[in-house]
Amino acid sequence: MKRTALDDPLMLDANAVAGELAEMMGGVDITTFMTRCAHCGNHDALGSLRAWAHGPGVVLRCVICSQVVVRWVRTPQGARVDLRGAAFLEPR
Amino acid sequence: MVEPLRWQIGTITDIQPQTDRVSSFTIGLPDWRPHRPGQHYDVRLTAEDGYQTQRSYSIASAADHVPEVELGIERIADGEVSPYFHDVLVTGDKVELRGPIGGYFVWEPGMGGPLLLVGGGSGVVPLMAMLRSRQAAGDATPAALLYSSRTIGDIIYRDELARLAAEPNGPVVAQTLTREQPPDWDGYARRIDAQMLTEVVGNIGGMHASPLAYICGPTLLVENAAAALTDLGLAPMRVRTERFGPSS
Repeated sequence: MKRTALDDPLMLDANAVAGELAEMMGGVDITTFMTRCAHCGNHDALGSLRAWAHGPGVVLRCVICSQVVVRWVRTPQGARVDLRGAAFLEPR
Repeated sequence: MVEPLRWQIGTITDIQPQTDRVSSFTIGLPDWRPHRPGQHYDVRLTAEDGYQTQRSYSIASAADHVPEVELGIERIADGEVSPYFHDVLVTGDKVELRGPIGGYFVWEPGMGGPLLLVGGGSGVVPLMAMLRSRQAAGDATPAALLYSSRTIGDIIYRDELARLAAEPNGPVVAQTLTREQPPDWDGYARRIDAQMLTEVVGNIGGMHASPLAYICGPTLLVENAAAALTDLGLAPMRVRTERFGPSS
């Protein structure tokens, strides 16, 4: 089965970048938090997202609709985390 | 509140070759923390000029392995980090790491099942932590491991897997060798496919028992196995994946 936007050898699972994400979140692993995709409404753990981590920033996409849920970039002035693609996070 | 994770300096206490390309590195940690089976550590190397690079390596040890952690690391020929582990580091050397991390790709007794583990190559490492922890806890959740290797010499933890399988309530262990099989080989001899997954899942109640699946290995293997399981009717939320990604 063809998996279009998610069919990419560079793709990882968000679990793989849990350490880098935790570094920006005060050392807390938020990949176990449930999240709702703001685009399609899919509800699953943040760690289930697909990750692209080989660019200057990291992009996490929804496994169902492939839209961007979380992205971040680190600059000499600090990190910027964009969560616009997440309707909400449920800490657990 | 959990203490935030931070980088720390560990000391290599033991190195055990598992196959020609994979070794177990046991590392003592000043700030050891209990891990959950399936989690990994990030390892960071810093060159003299300040250049840093990091990789994630899965924990193989059961959760009660205090105060050390055993990482399973495959030597990637053109890699930046793994050749340093295999070719340079010796017992007593220091290495910088951060973890345990990655709470999503985790199974522990109490999470239920049936438990279906699918691994390719060194993707078996985190699955081994799950099986070891299941065994240590005396947990009887039905469990099966489908493990794909190139040749018989590439099978990691071969003897231990055979021992685990022979225990009362031990996991079903099914092996496939994709490149070369010995004459007396009685396992599978092809890449993982839907037929193979159906047969293995048949040992733990079949697909209608809605197994909890963990797949780890090369990206193509993970992609094919995950797609096959969902095509066979398993809900995507029951399938957790850990892709190696491009190897370097």
